[in-house]
Amino acid sequence: MQTKRRVFLKGSLAASAAGLAVGAGLLSPRTVLAADWPQSAFDSEGMDNALNELFGTADVAESGDISVKAPDIAENGAVVPVTIESSIAGSDKVAIMVASNPTPLVASFDLMGANPFVSTRIRMGSTDDVTGVVHAGGKLYKAGKEVKVTIGGCGG
Amino acid sequence: MSTIRMRISPAGDVLDVKALVRHPMESGNREDKSTGEKIPANYIQVLNVEVNGEQVMQGNLSEAVSKNPYINIKVPGKKGDEVKISWTSNTGESDEASQAA
Repeated sequence: MQTKRRVFLKGSLAASAAGLAVGAGLLSPRTVLAADWPQSAFDSEGMDNALNELFGTADVAESGDISVKAPDIAENGAVVPVTIESSIAGSDKVAIMVASNPTPLVASFDLMGANPFVSTRIRMGSTDDVTGVVHAGGKLYKAGKEVKVTIGGCGG
Repeated sequence: MSTIRMRISPAGDVLDVKALVRHPMESGNREDKSTGEKIPANYIQVLNVEVNGEQVMQGNLSEAVSKNPYINIKVPGKKGDEVKISWTSNTGESDEASQAA
């Protein structure tokens, strides 16, 4: 895992140079509007509130068709690798949540053609379940995986 | 230098995109230890992914995403397609990068 990451970093150095060339001349910088960033969902305390704000419902069913991959033990809560994958047909939104964080919603991904697969690294304040919530066909599904956190990653 | 680094692996009609964004992702909860003052929140909120100019994903991030965010996604596309990633932070900053698969 660690070696792979090294290779990735090395390989991407060349790539970023190319990106710079594009950014400098060929494409005019386009402002990405953050207007549709779901502020109220991210500000919500409690899982149900956040789900209501994000999806309009907190009615969520456990599903075996969602896989949540995360370590059993995370020594550093500031960097917890999480992978969420759904095999539910019509999955169009994926959210990562941690109930005991000050605000449970960590990230949400609107899939506009992308596969229902997201892997990223998140912060966790304490030992808890990482919950993957998937929106498909107007319904909500979820699955969780417990991560024991040795040192929390929310404060300073 | 762009803050975005990408590695794209084509596999059939799917592109496996791994992106690493250089960003502090300050939560606003941390204090500067020398002054005791709070470090203001500064984190990426929206991360958009396009393939050949067509948006395929909008990622909404928060301060609970780790510093220097790493994102691995799978998007439709084939070798030679152009993948563009752009982000905007809560402070209004932004950056973007494009790369052919």
